[in-house]
This record gives sequence, structure tokens and C-alpha cells, in this order.
Amino acid sequence: MEKEEDLFVPRQVTTEENFAPGHRACIGCGEALAVRYVCKALGKNVIIVTATGCIEIFSSLLPQTSWQMAWIHTLFENVAAVMSGIESAYKVRVRKGKIPDKNVKFVGFGGDGATTDIGIQALSGAMERGHDFLYVCYDNEAYMNTGIQRSSSTPYGAWTTTAPVGKKSSIGQVTWKKNMPEIAVAHNIPYVATASPSYPLDLMAKVKRGAEMDGPAYIHILSVCPTGWRSPTDITIELGRLAVETGVFPLYEVIDGEYNLSVDLPDLKPVTEYLKKQGRFKHLNDDTIATIQTRVEEDYVKLREKAGVK
Amino acid sequence: MTKGKIVGLEGSFAVAEAVRMANADVIAAYPITPQTHIVERLSEMVADGDLDADFICVESEHSAMSACVGASAAGARVFTCSAGQGLELMHEVLYIPSSMRLPVVAVAANRALSAPLSVWCDHSDVMALRDISWIQMFAENNQQAFDLTTCAYRIAEDKDVLFPTMVHIDGFYLSHVIEDMVLPEEEEVAGFIPDYEHPFVLDPDKPVSMGCYGPPFIYPETKKAQDVAFDNTRPKIQEIWDEFGEIFGRHYSPVESYKMDGARIALLTMGSCSETAMLAVDELREAGIDVGLIRLRLWRPFPFKELREAVKQLDLLVVLDRAISFGMGGPVCSELKSALYNKREDLKIVGFIAGLGGRDIQISEFKYMVTQAQEKVKAIERGEEVETEIIGVREGGGR
Repeated sequence: MEKEEDLFVPRQVTTEENFAPGHRACIGCGEALAVRYVCKALGKNVIIVTATGCIEIFSSLLPQTSWQMAWIHTLFENVAAVMSGIESAYKVRVRKGKIPDKNVKFVGFGGDGATTDIGIQALSGAMERGHDFLYVCYDNEAYMNTGIQRSSSTPYGAWTTTAPVGKKSSIGQVTWKKNMPEIAVAHNIPYVATASPSYPLDLMAKVKRGAEMDGPAYIHILSVCPTGWRSPTDITIELGRLAVETGVFPLYEVIDGEYNLSVDLPDLKPVTEYLKKQGRFKHLNDDTIATIQTRVEEDYVKLREKAGVK
Repeated sequence: MTKGKIVGLEGSFAVAEAVRMANADVIAAYPITPQTHIVERLSEMVADGDLDADFICVESEHSAMSACVGASAAGARVFTCSAGQGLELMHEVLYIPSSMRLPVVAVAANRALSAPLSVWCDHSDVMALRDISWIQMFAENNQQAFDLTTCAYRIAEDKDVLFPTMVHIDGFYLSHVIEDMVLPEEEEVAGFIPDYEHPFVLDPDKPVSMGCYGPPFIYPETKKAQDVAFDNTRPKIQEIWDEFGEIFGRHYSPVESYKMDGARIALLTMGSCSETAMLAVDELREAGIDVGLIRLRLWRPFPFKELREAVKQLDLLVVLDRAISFGMGGPVCSELKSALYNKREDLKIVGFIAGLGGRDIQISEFKYMVTQAQEKVKAIERGEEVETEIIGVREGGGR
């Protein structure tokens, strides 16, 4: 069956901006773009919770706001718990006849730090309890808001300010990126997907599917960050595509445990094409790049096996 | 006068009854001794259909308060309860509903803090919450635990208040002790706490942005507004307590007294040990000492005016703390000194610390405090340095 996003018809996308322009994101910010697409896909019948991070800093400077929908931010690590309370409140108030049921959607946003590190407990709890919500992680692979410190989502070999490239033998980040989508899958929730603003129609279709799903849904979006990745601001879209085309960040969906590759690439481009465009990887020698290449290929094979692709 | 029936109830069950009669919508809590009986009873009530609420069994106290914040922002009447370490883990989140003017209601079953691990009562957890901008009040018995929790909803949700409210009940002393008390008729309670509508809820039809970012050009204005609004809750709290008194026949004030007629000396306490202190006052009065008891009911916002009024006739105020502000002495005593400084320079204030980590405070110890305080006044008058004394503790190696 052909999916909506396979038909390249940008005119299907609303021109309405639910995440208003005029915010203070850096030039070339992939995260702002991701949020904009997510909000287009969601429409206005939604309550949004965001974690502390770039997003709330650049979108909600008092007394201004980019959020054209009901929106709340409280702390860094508690998005999924706040969301749990909102979703429960809505359900109970509908049940008690205090408000009409308008099929409101509940959507949480967190960066990679808020999702894979400090907020993972609250997120795990909310997924386990089965609240009906969509959680969107925009992953720019470090604590960018505080000045490019490493997170558990920072990729192997990347320079960050707390995983610096020292004078002694040192490659920056020495651990492999935490596989958060797989952690979400392990909660047996009905919907998990990865997405990229470089594939906007795919992203928006996934947001709609995740939001419509009964129960917890998780979407992990790779958000290119020119400031932290030390990349030119005009290649954000290109870098996002290269992440997918090299297999570094494959796009896939897991619906009720069934894996599907959104973009299947029998032949991956070499990871150097992705790495060499970013200052955070410029120190890597051929051996380290080969290590990364091997790992990316192994992971991609495993993913294709899960998706039943030979 | 009120109808109702006399029942024997644990303090925890009294709190659960108050939450049930308030018809709370969302409860989010994580179990911790000695708060557990409250959440167990509420869980039963929800499971039996006696309370139409969602009980969110969260994975931590941090998430308990976060879920309450979310639910309250979405317009629900909410409840949570915790104690000791749980309040500490929740601490970061406690500042959110007060800054965002969300009427969350919570009960704390007061407990000591680690280390060493102690599940028993003292006020170390309370003292870590002094600056969270929650309305906070102390119950001395199970009746008060019920009454004050009921009042907490009315106070928190009042349009002129809209601040979260916390009722302190001493862990075990109240949470696990069965006492007789009057349980009012449900209709009467429902009439006292009507349904409420928060003026700004998360509603897709009327979208608002909550919890924006406040740089230096606007942050101080938000905090001053909060402080002014918090200070202004005092008359409303008294008004609601008065209304409660008219309906239910039990009257509450920010500062309450016992046998203060003609007293030149007063003990000052908060919480369950006030009833022990009353017995000590009875015995001291019989022995001819002009002593009374002042109990702080309202802890935040601090009742400056009522306190100054209460100590007007006194020469000596003897303050009991159930917590240590390390390197500073007793926190309540420090605050009282600060509240009375420049007002009553002739009043002597002597502090004692007792009852840490669930150690009982005996009648004899209250009597010791009054006697010993008078000796300390003499020492102060001789120009000696007199600091807070910790009593009821074994010295010299012990057993």
C-alpha cells in the first residue's frame, strides 16, 4: 500500500504555522525546523509539554511566545511526568462531564539530554503506565543549550566541550550513542519511529500516526545543530540526508513491534561523507573512521534483519 | 451546628477521607514511609469506586509532583503526599506550582532525613521547604489533619490565593495512630469546597503559554509579584478558616494559644507534640509557674502579626525545634527571633532541639525546657553566650 508521504506533494502540507516564526533559534537550526514540522502535522487540537533546553529558551522569552497552541514548560527532566498528569486530568474531567471530549492530543518534546539522560526515568514510567501521548525527542547529540557538553546521545568520536580532543591520545566522545528508540521499543509501546527534518513529509506522516495511536508513541528526530556540530549553517538539510544515506541515522518505524524501514538503502554511502562536513569530527584519523564505519554497517544489518529485509 | 459522626480513624485515613470528600480528580504519588497508608487508602477508594479519580502510580516523587503540576495546569483538582527523602527528591518541582499559581494540595507525613536512615518523625524535611512559596500549616491531631486538608482545597483554589498548599502531619504520631474524630457529612464538605475553575488552564481552544523563560529584564518583576501575592493570602486563609469554623464548629488561627492568661513564659511548638506540651503546661501551672503554650498553626506565609500579638505579655519564649539547622541552631527559633527583633527587645527567646528521628518528647522534657530556660535567661543577663541546647540525647558514650 502506498503511504501518503511517498507521494511527494508538498502542497498537502498546511501553510499555517503553529510554531510561529520570529523565535531566536540559531541560523540553520535543525531542531526549530523539526518542531515546526511536528507542529504543522499536529494541528492546534493539542497540549504540548517541552523540557528545558534550546527550545524553550528560543521560543518563549517572556512576554513573547512562538507557541500558537496550549503549551507548558516546567523543568528539564519531567516532561513525561507533566504529560502524564495532563493526560490523566483530561481523561478524568471528560469522564466526570466537566469538559467535552474533543479528542485532544498530548505531545511532549525533549532534547537528547532531557530524553536519554536526565529525563529517561520519567519517560520510562510514562511509557510503562501507558498514557496516551506522543513523545518527540529532537536529538542534536549534545547539551547544546549549555554549550555543547556531551550526552549519552553524543556519537562516538565527536568533539564536545566535556569530551574534548586532548593533547594525549583522545578522540572526544569514547562511548557509543545510546539507542533510545530501541529502549522505547523495549517498553512494548504501540509506536516508535525515527525521523529527520531533511525528510519532512516522512516526518509529518509519522507524527500524525504517532499522535493517532492509542497509547504511548515515541519519535526520535535527528536535529542537525550547526553551532554544536561545527558545520556550515546552509547544509543542515544536506547533513540530515547524509546521516540517513550513510546509515548513521536510519529512518524506520516500529508499529506494534513490527519494524519497517522508511528509507531502505541497499548501498550505504561511506560515513566519511557525513563526518567530514562537521568540525566536531575533523580530528578523527582513518582508524577511528574505519571503526565507526564498521559499527554503522553492523547496526544497519541488524536493523534490516529486524525489518525482514535481506 | 454540623452533623457528622464520631469515628476512630488513623491520621492517614483521615487525610484520605478529606481527599475523597474533596472529590479530587488526579492523585499522583510514590510510596514512602510513613506516608504509605494515605496512598494505600486512596488506592482502595479509587478501586472501589468511592472516589472517581485517576491514581497515577508514578515512578518517583519528582514525577509525582510533576504529574500534579500537569494535572493542575489542565484544570484538575489534585493531591499528592510524601515524606522525608521523598520531599527532598520532589524539592525541585515544589517551586513550580507556586511560581505558576497552581493550587496543588499535598500532605507531608513529616520524617527525618538520612543519614543515618530514619523513617521516623522530625521536622528536618519541613525545614528544607521553607522557601518554596507554598502555604504550609501544621496539624496536631487526626481531626485537624482532616479539617486542614479540607481547608487546604478551599484556600489553594481561592481566586485571591491560587497557591499550592501543604498540610504537615507528623509521621507515625498522626499518620499511624488511631484517634476518635468527627467525620462530617459529605454534602457539608462538598458545599464548603465547591467545584472550581482555574482562570487559565491548558485548553487547545484558548491556548496559553505557561512556564516561559524569564531573563533579567523581567524575572525580578515576576518574583516580586509572586511575593506580594503570597503575602496577601493571609487574610483569605483566616477568612476560610473562620467560615469552616462557622459550619463545622472547629476554629483555626495562624497562631493558637493554650493557657496564656497571665502567662509570663510560653512554650512554642508546631505539630503533634503540642498536645504533650499542653500536659506539661497543665502540670507547671499546677506548680504555680505562669506558663502557657503558643502553637504555630500557619508556618507559611509566616504569621508575623499574630505572633507579635501572642508574645506581647511575655518575658520569656521557649522554642522547641524538631530539626537542626546545622551551624545555626534551631530553625524555628531563628525565624522567631528574626520575626520579633526590633519589636520586643526585652523579650528573651531560648531555643531547644528535641525529638529528632522519632525520639519521643516527654512531658518532663517540656518542664525541663521551661525551668532550664529561666536559668539560661540569668546566664544571658550575666552576659554569657547562650546557644541552642539539644536535649533528650545520651552523652558520654552511652550504651
